[in-house]
Amino acid sequence: MMEVEICNVKFKNPVIAASGTFGFGREYNEIFDVSKLGGIVSKGLTLNKREGNRGIRIFETRSGVMNSVGLQNPGIDEFIKYELPFMLKLDTVAIANLGGESIDEYIKGAQMLDNTRVQFIELNISCPNVKHGGMAFGIKSKVAYEVVSKVRGVVKKPLIVKLSPNAENIADVAEKCCEAGADAISLVNTFKAMAIDIKKRKPVFENVTAGLSGPAIKPIALRMVYEVASAVDVPVIGMGGIANYKDAIEFIMAGASAVQVGTANFIKPDICISLIDGIRNFMETEGIKDLEEIRGIIRG
Amino acid sequence: MLPVYATNKILKNTKVYKNIFIMTVSGNYDIIPGQFFMVRSWGIELLLSRPLSVFDAGCGYVSFLYEIRGRGTKILSGMKAGDSISMLGPLGNGFDLSNIKGRAAMVAGGIGLTPMLYTAKKMVGCEVDLYAGFREDVYIVDKFKEYVDNIYLATDSGKAGHKGFITDIFDPKKYSVVLCCGPWTMMEKVIKKCIKCDVPIFISMERRMACGVGACLGCTCKTKNGNKRVCKDGPVFNGRDVIIG
Repeated sequence: MMEVEICNVKFKNPVIAASGTFGFGREYNEIFDVSKLGGIVSKGLTLNKREGNRGIRIFETRSGVMNSVGLQNPGIDEFIKYELPFMLKLDTVAIANLGGESIDEYIKGAQMLDNTRVQFIELNISCPNVKHGGMAFGIKSKVAYEVVSKVRGVVKKPLIVKLSPNAENIADVAEKCCEAGADAISLVNTFKAMAIDIKKRKPVFENVTAGLSGPAIKPIALRMVYEVASAVDVPVIGMGGIANYKDAIEFIMAGASAVQVGTANFIKPDICISLIDGIRNFMETEGIKDLEEIRGIIRG
Repeated sequence: MLPVYATNKILKNTKVYKNIFIMTVSGNYDIIPGQFFMVRSWGIELLLSRPLSVFDAGCGYVSFLYEIRGRGTKILSGMKAGDSISMLGPLGNGFDLSNIKGRAAMVAGGIGLTPMLYTAKKMVGCEVDLYAGFREDVYIVDKFKEYVDNIYLATDSGKAGHKGFITDIFDPKKYSVVLCCGPWTMMEKVIKKCIKCDVPIFISMERRMACGVGACLGCTCKTKNGNKRVCKDGPVFNGRDVIIG
């Protein structure tokens, strides 16, 4: 059985399109039926519209991609009016990813999303590409605890907290987020990284640093998912460089209830479908009836 | 047509100049001139596909004119007839031919010629003049002869046509519309000239791209109407709207 349940919400399979790589599902739906996915996470939203960063936003590295989009998004109002209705029409779980520059902004944004029919809020305390936007809240456990507990106070919907691999101690941040009321943890967001244009003698990105994602980070992300899944009791959604079904199975064996696929969508637009098919075949071949049988199995 | 992801066969891949190639690929597509494909022939070691503008298309084939710029295009240049290639497309808006009537000028710099051939082919009933600028030598321009009325050249080297920039000899006054593709500094000059003469100008933009379909916002450009996605809202824009190249 491919179906998984997280916070009493049923996902038809454990493959979810990750925030920032899939828009609101609209564009990819022109290429394949995105309702076949377990879920879709919206582009990172902020209370107010953001234009995003200047300069180069995408830079390819070996087996990876660096990005510095800077949370360009239409703002929550526009999202609720024009994008969410589309997401809700799809036959898949709709998750709204929420970023912010201040605790106040997180609270207001969360309140607005809580009054919609979106099924989850994924609290982004991990975006490395905006000065005060997110990641600052995900580095220290104490700060993470504060923002999560404040948002928890105003939100009835299930709350996923998305962690940064740049955290001082990611397992500790995860524990504190759970103490503060997180219903699930997702990880990892991108790694803070940089590249230099040696001809120009300047950093490639205007912000100097950017977020690294893709297969290059997978082994580290997997280790972090393993550590977090071992530390917390809530469901963990694993991500970081997943590009085929084997990667997805590894994350599940490390303890993930579901996985998110981000950068790999750029390799092949319907790569998530290949993952779903691959997981199904693997289960058949290995005689696995329910993913629960292998979830966290390496922990013994 | 909506974009499709497909694996096609390479029919031909030939060098036309130093590091400039034409790749012809099998496939039947309903393409708007100025559209592009995300192309790849590698695994995940190079993560992203490469956006290649359609150079020509017809029954059973589509071709790309491309320059070796980095590892991806280097790999493409080494591919042979019979090899497989994955393509997502056609993508982007392309030129709106209903806006293009009367006497038209195409102004292109180097590899910026790419979107112009198929466009010229489809501009039936227009009188088309091609202005093409190059650094060193002239290439590929011969292919345009059948579809354009006049060809004006410029080279930095002085080997052919005007010695200097193509923008030195281009005057939009006598045209009802201008189409432009090339380095931003060149396009900026052409846009300024067109604004001065009150001539409509459409430009085809180039950007680093990741998804190619409008989802990741990696290729946005600033316009008077806010950020626009080069891959989805473009690559063709009204030259008057684009603020930063």
